[in-house]
Amino acid sequence: MISVKNLSKKYGSIAAVNDISFEVEKGEIVGFLGPNGAGKSTTMKMLTGYLPPTSGAASIAGFDVFEKSIEARRRLGYLPENTPLYLDMRVNEYLRYRAHLKGVPSGKVAEAVGEAIGLCSLSDVEKKMIGALSKGYRQRVGLADALVHDPELLILDEPTIGLDPNQIRSVRELIKNLAQRRTVLISTHILPEVEIMCSRVIVIHKGKIRASDTAENLLKNHRAAGQLRIEAKTGTEAREAFGRMTGVKDVQAEQDGEYSIFTLRLDANADVSEEVFRLAADRKWNVRELVRKRATLEDVFVELTHSDI
Amino acid sequence: MRTLFHLTAREVKSFFYSPIAYVMLVIFLALNGVAFYYAVQTLTKVPADESVVFVTFFSPFFVWPFILIMPLLTMRVFADEFRMGTIESLTTAPVKDWQVVMAKFLGALVFYIVLFIPTYCYFFFYKWLTGIPAAFAAGPYWGSALLLLLAGMFFISMGCLASALNREQINAAAMSLVMTVLFIFLAALPDFFVGKNEEETKWLTHFIGYISFFEHLPTFCRGIIDTRPIVFYLSLTALFLFITHHVFQARKWKS
Repeated sequence: MISVKNLSKKYGSIAAVNDISFEVEKGEIVGFLGPNGAGKSTTMKMLTGYLPPTSGAASIAGFDVFEKSIEARRRLGYLPENTPLYLDMRVNEYLRYRAHLKGVPSGKVAEAVGEAIGLCSLSDVEKKMIGALSKGYRQRVGLADALVHDPELLILDEPTIGLDPNQIRSVRELIKNLAQRRTVLISTHILPEVEIMCSRVIVIHKGKIRASDTAENLLKNHRAAGQLRIEAKTGTEAREAFGRMTGVKDVQAEQDGEYSIFTLRLDANADVSEEVFRLAADRKWNVRELVRKRATLEDVFVELTHSDI
Repeated sequence: MRTLFHLTAREVKSFFYSPIAYVMLVIFLALNGVAFYYAVQTLTKVPADESVVFVTFFSPFFVWPFILIMPLLTMRVFADEFRMGTIESLTTAPVKDWQVVMAKFLGALVFYIVLFIPTYCYFFFYKWLTGIPAAFAAGPYWGSALLLLLAGMFFISMGCLASALNREQINAAAMSLVMTVLFIFLAALPDFFVGKNEEETKWLTHFIGYISFFEHLPTFCRGIIDTRPIVFYLSLTALFLFITHHVFQARKWKS
């Protein structure tokens, strides 16, 4: 659905996007992750034909976004960052206007707008001025606009930014519903969201792609794949004993009264919990807690993008 | 064509959504009313060769509002889209850049025509109210309308360019006002050479005569349809729209 080849965008001597290539297959929901200024929005702007690339090419459904821009644009629904809208129009009027612009046949505009309003739960504010709506509603108007012409591809630039947790949840549900028969490229900072929604994650940092895989695989291959936490009454030798185990990268210790609390950082796929348990049993340490913590996508994200910030 | 229609319709509507539009309509209507009133007064006091159409449009109550209204018509057309960021949703919809430019131009032109409708009704209201036909014939009436339409197109295309070049409405308004005033008062240029050798400045006077709005206005207000100004205004409008289109496209290449 999306094919990006060696795409670059330079502002003067600074490369906002530096020679990236990726593919998005039909039906995928791809999360586009990266810190602020990583090049996510720039890439999305190039895909939607808003910015021309400095070099490289991108196509949507086989149409080059630059050469065959109109054809490519017909097939995508785009929610720009910060959701720019005409504040002087009413919700239904705006959506009708957008439907017309996006080539929905005149006879089907009312139906398409009704459907978008229904999907985005906008029926109570349908006749309100957009300028009078809250941020959450505006975001939903933006989404309704993106999908009013029933595009094959949705490109959503931070659709949940600035929303409260309830709104985030409802927008997330909405996107999940939309994704059932569409391809979605979504950029966000909210990592649990990506884990829940996306079939694949592309991590971009400083204009380069750092990783592109399923969230599961990213976690598996993450260097600090897991942690083990033990709270026990131990002798002084415990720390060294843990450190000697294979797969343990390092051990941190702190004291809580009689108990010592150890945090073991583990290599990918390493699991030393049984070994730790046996050690504690042998030495008759009094264990009050033994917890295995899985790495989160946040850990992966930080590791992939933390370098030299 | 359908896209252009919907884009233009949105432009026209957006004029009527802002209170400024109504303020403009009322002030323009009132000042034209004053111009018409004085024209009728003048014609009843002293007999004149000119029609009431001619005298009305030569009143400062018409000319100044006419000049000042131009920047107000066009200042927001592009500047506002850039400022609010809606340019992004507009240009990522499947619309072509020339359609956007034409829609902005046509939208302002439609509002400009609406501004003039009451004024053109005055000439008939006079007869309706007093029972005496106003002193004008069809020639000056339609001639002046044609010229105001053509000149309006030209000034609006100039204003569109100013708006496309600026991110702030106020800058766009200032730029378009300067361009409009410069163009309109070109007619005064030969006056600076009064007393100089007339042979030397003859070419200038001649040239200004071709392009000055104040040379065209009396001609058309007498009902003479001169094709030269028609071609002049149409081609300049096309030129300015062409430049506007290029400036609008250039947004993509700025960094």
